[in-house]
Amino acid sequence: MNKPVLTDDLAAPSRRLLLKVGLAAGGGLLVGLAPAFAAAAAADTAILNAYVRIAPDGGVTIAAKNPEIGQGIKTMLPMVIAEELDVDWGAVRIEQAPVDFKAYGAQFAGGSMATPLNYDLMRRVGAAARSLLIAAAALRWNVPTAECDTTPGAVRHTASGRSLLYGALATSAAALPAPDLAKLPLKNPKDFRIIGQSHHGIDSPKVVTGQPLFGIDVVRPGMLYAVFEKCPVFNGTVVSANLDEVKAQKGVRQAFIVKGGSEPAGLRDGVAILADSWWRAQKARKVLKVVWNEGEGAGQSTAGYAARAVELSKQPGTKSLRKDGDTDAALAGAAKVVEAAYAYPFIAHAPMEPQNCTADVRGGKAEIWAPTQTPQSGLALTAKTLGMAEADITVHMTRCGGGFGRRLNNDYMVEAAKISQMAGVPVKLLWSRADDLQHDFYRPAGWHFLKGGLDAQGKVIAWRDHFVSFGDGDKFASSAGMSGTEFPARLVDNCLIEASLMPTQIPTGALRAPGSNALSFALQSFIDELAHAAGQDPVAFRLALLGEPRLVGKAADGLFDTGRARGVIELVAEKSGWDKATLAKGEGMGVGFYYSHRGYFAEVVKATVAADGSVTVNKVWVAGDVGSQIINPTGAETQAQGAVLDGLAQALGQEIVIAGGKAQVENFDGFALLRMPQSCPVEVHFRLTDNAPSGLGEPALPPVAPALCNAIFAATGVRLRRLPVDTELLKRA
Amino acid sequence: MAYRIKVNGKVREADVEADTPLLWVLRDTLDYRGVKFGCGAGLCGACTVHLDGQPVRSCQTPVSRVKDRAVTTIEGVGESAAGKAVQAAWLAHDVVQCGYCQAGQIMSATALVAANHHPSDDDIDAAMGGNICRCATYIRIRAAIKTAAASLAKAG
Ligand code: FES
Ligand code: FES
Repeated sequence: MNKPVLTDDLAAPSRRLLLKVGLAAGGGLLVGLAPAFAAAAAADTAILNAYVRIAPDGGVTIAAKNPEIGQGIKTMLPMVIAEELDVDWGAVRIEQAPVDFKAYGAQFAGGSMATPLNYDLMRRVGAAARSLLIAAAALRWNVPTAECDTTPGAVRHTASGRSLLYGALATSAAALPAPDLAKLPLKNPKDFRIIGQSHHGIDSPKVVTGQPLFGIDVVRPGMLYAVFEKCPVFNGTVVSANLDEVKAQKGVRQAFIVKGGSEPAGLRDGVAILADSWWRAQKARKVLKVVWNEGEGAGQSTAGYAARAVELSKQPGTKSLRKDGDTDAALAGAAKVVEAAYAYPFIAHAPMEPQNCTADVRGGKAEIWAPTQTPQSGLALTAKTLGMAEADITVHMTRCGGGFGRRLNNDYMVEAAKISQMAGVPVKLLWSRADDLQHDFYRPAGWHFLKGGLDAQGKVIAWRDHFVSFGDGDKFASSAGMSGTEFPARLVDNCLIEASLMPTQIPTGALRAPGSNALSFALQSFIDELAHAAGQDPVAFRLALLGEPRLVGKAADGLFDTGRARGVIELVAEKSGWDKATLAKGEGMGVGFYYSHRGYFAEVVKATVAADGSVTVNKVWVAGDVGSQIINPTGAETQAQGAVLDGLAQALGQEIVIAGGKAQVENFDGFALLRMPQSCPVEVHFRLTDNAPSGLGEPALPPVAPALCNAIFAATGVRLRRLPVDTELLKRA
Repeated sequence: MAYRIKVNGKVREADVEADTPLLWVLRDTLDYRGVKFGCGAGLCGACTVHLDGQPVRSCQTPVSRVKDRAVTTIEGVGESAAGKAVQAAWLAHDVVQCGYCQAGQIMSATALVAANHHPSDDDIDAAMGGNICRCATYIRIRAAIKTAAASLAKAG
């Protein structure tokens, strides 16, 4: 996953950044930020890209810095600014910020990082603007600032009852020196009026009336529509193609071969067809015949990898991830040893909006409109691919029809840019669904060969995991890794985690809650096996494993708070009626817990397994701890519900099979996304704790797959050790 | 050849081949970009529009088969009482996540509540089962459909 490199304490970005205050064109106040180095270099220049703009007529505009992929960030971060600025939410205009590292720092959607990285900072930006307006009013009234306060949109002098609207103060505030970002007073959270209240997505009125917002909706004058055919075998190259025949098709204007490179997740070989409508370009593909050099990838298959994983499990791992105590000795001395092999498949992201990008590369400049989670890395990749300077490229962020990690990679962006450069016209590239499913950066498959040892009292005294995954040498492929701190590491004295890596040509990448979305299934299912082997209740067993509330681990790896983990497990047990549930025949309840992306989540699934083996999920209870504050409750709930249903869909039916080096899938009939009839109630509870608020796009997902499989075990006694759920195994004779 | 079709009450002309799916005529020729492409195979419902009030997948409807039936898209659905009620309920329940599927969801939901002011959960499953929401906003879609239907029932 393209995680940002964090060079400093997350909670204190205000020390690396300086406030910039300036006069807006036409009067009014601009408040922005700049990294300390850039601000010093450009001390006196006007700021162009700000977070807050207050016009003399009182209009307040707030910039939303990050890409909107459905996680609600375009609403949520501006809410935080508006809170401290003290304005009415309904009076604020929100604009998508331009892509500008100097003004906005890292702009990306990934890793549930927007809240931890920006919550404190955005509060300070809002507070800075407010303090400037107060200072301007105090000067005008010739009173101390301490005697002034704000009501939404106005500064008030309490003693005299005088009051001035922000708009009337904005231009004079722009001439004042910038306050010290780190020293600004912030509101007491009990006085919040916007944070903590539910606000619907600010673009939702446009969505429900069908206004163009998405990448696929971009139209440029004179543009052609493009399709791009790549080798179905990953990284295959073009030998030749029947371009003349393709060019003779109705509406086709150009067709040419594009040579790719070896940049990771970059441009690959393919054939571009440009036509005056997308349908005509797509239709012309039917006559396209390409001679491919399939290359090394042609021999690979998921079945081959599965067989190889079993072979590797019989040898010692080649990469050590953790070694505490003496696991072999502890297993030898254990009262009970449980052994099991778990496996999960490759899966695709399949965001609802197929990959697309509009690019205009002419005259040494490039302008790009893209639904991307990482506009800045897309810009850098485009510069490299086209051989242009970054300064000559502009990337516009559009709303994304889903991300889920797929759009962390910008392969479709460089394709559009290259095609436009070669064609000399603006181009809208749009993938078909087959293109999307067959050319993903898949959530990698993985295998876990697990052994656990219990003492006579049923306490876990040994844990061993041989993880077979993908990579070169001892470097894991993208998102195919595992840290040595995955739960229950750090809680078991004798713990050995090692890995064996298989090289692959299959592109892999981050999928919502990368790593955790798969690891959780194997590890939390196996913990359930241990609980049953110990003859203990699965909730009580987990609480015993966690022990007393404390911080475990090393600060460098991120500490694990057993108290927060206990808190959500206890809460979900209470809300789901874990101890006192009466279950119908074929019905079972299962629990899962996972810690990922700074969030602690425990979930209980209630499911029914019918005699034919079919599984119905009746309800899911969620307890989450993402710190002290739920910023936008409606958004928080829907993220958690969506993540849970997403995780259920993965567990119940998703798998990408590779054979002959090709993904064996064409469309949604071969890749099962959840549909309305399979959806179920998901009851979400948050436990507020005295910790910095953290993100919610991902951490609710991992616990649900094991909770489901544990529920199926409770209902049937059948332990599922491979995803997706195989209903054949659940049939009752 | 040139086809004349009635979209949201206006007669529009498109010079395209007979097999061109209505989806692409709407999106690329006539500029109704609210209609969305998700699969091109009738499997996801993102492209749902109404023909004479009935929901159809526009990616599976060749333009030549539209004839004189009235096409309604997400851009025009708010003109009807049912469409308006559904859009309002969508906002009240904060249904939208990424929003990409929602045009299709709203078209299917509008057809449902226009015909049935008291939809049961099974009715909703049946009417909405062809519309995928990758963000899985189903819980709120279900609730919003009930709200919209109830407001229509109340209005009579
Ligand atoms: S695009 Fe028509 S059903 Fe998917
Ligand atoms: S809201 Fe994203 S696909 Fe439905």
